[in-house]
Amino acid sequence: MGSTNSDALTGPRTEHVLPSSAATAVKVVIVGGFGVGKTTMVGSVSEIPPLSTEETMTQASAGIDDNAGVEGKTSTTVAMDFGRISLNEQLVLYLFGTPGQERFWFLWNGLFEGALGSVVLVDTRRLDTCFDVITRLEDRRVPFIVALNSFPDSPKHEIADVRRALDLPDSVPLVECDARLRESSRDVLLTLMHYLRTLTAAQETL
Amino acid sequence: MTQSAESWDEGTPKRLYVITGGRQPPEQAAIDLVTLIVARTPPQPGMKREHAAILTMCHYPLSVAEISAYLGLPFSVVTVLLADLLQATHIEARDPVPAAALPDITLLEEVIRGLHKL
Repeated sequence: MGSTNSDALTGPRTEHVLPSSAATAVKVVIVGGFGVGKTTMVGSVSEIPPLSTEETMTQASAGIDDNAGVEGKTSTTVAMDFGRISLNEQLVLYLFGTPGQERFWFLWNGLFEGALGSVVLVDTRRLDTCFDVITRLEDRRVPFIVALNSFPDSPKHEIADVRRALDLPDSVPLVECDARLRESSRDVLLTLMHYLRTLTAAQETL
Repeated sequence: MTQSAESWDEGTPKRLYVITGGRQPPEQAAIDLVTLIVARTPPQPGMKREHAAILTMCHYPLSVAEISAYLGLPFSVVTVLLADLLQATHIEARDPVPAAALPDITLLEEVIRGLHKL
């Protein structure tokens, strides 16, 4: 200790550390458009206040012996919020909330590879924004469920109508939720896990 | 919410270049956002500031995503720093469940039991 001279580079607060026995982590990716409630959902179930990991989008030529050039280069910082749930003494679940645009997915190497699955969070006032997301997850064979986040002024949709509008197969779960509520967000995650279990069981019987 | 060093121009390519020595993340190294990192040694004198900070904060297991958040550094930069520490065996990396087409039932049931406790 002592070699860091400021509080700028400190880690988690004591109450936010994991037990030494924590051995394995799994992740779930919550995908949705801007303002749909990804961070709200992460925050409502996370045991720590949501954190943010960032990545910079720059041109690949950064740093070729030209400091002036590097300094003048514009770089965009993209942030991704995430939270954590200790499932037991060994197993930890991380939840990442990521924008729907595929170009962001590549910034964090392996964001979807190794994820248990994904939740597509949808605002029924802007249904059209999630068509692309669903197509991309299907293309990448990432198992997902769809959760409709209820906003006070959301138009009342019949679930069946939304399913039809999204052209979602009957096998993919579609649930309503209130991302602000821990229990509701937890139930969304449980729906995903039960769905994954069904998929796995179906595969094992083949 | 992100905590970062005030004394640097944060996030600029120049600063990040200095920290990594211009190196790129190890090609497809086994460092994932949710790889858990645990320090095996305390920080040592003369260490790069970021390396020392990682060793300090990883006294208990911490995911790479959390390290990135607490350092206020991009994930890709953190993977370079971690590769250094791994090579010097200053840290231990606890890998996530290996990527598979579908997770296994035992794991899913463990997750379900854990979620029910929320």
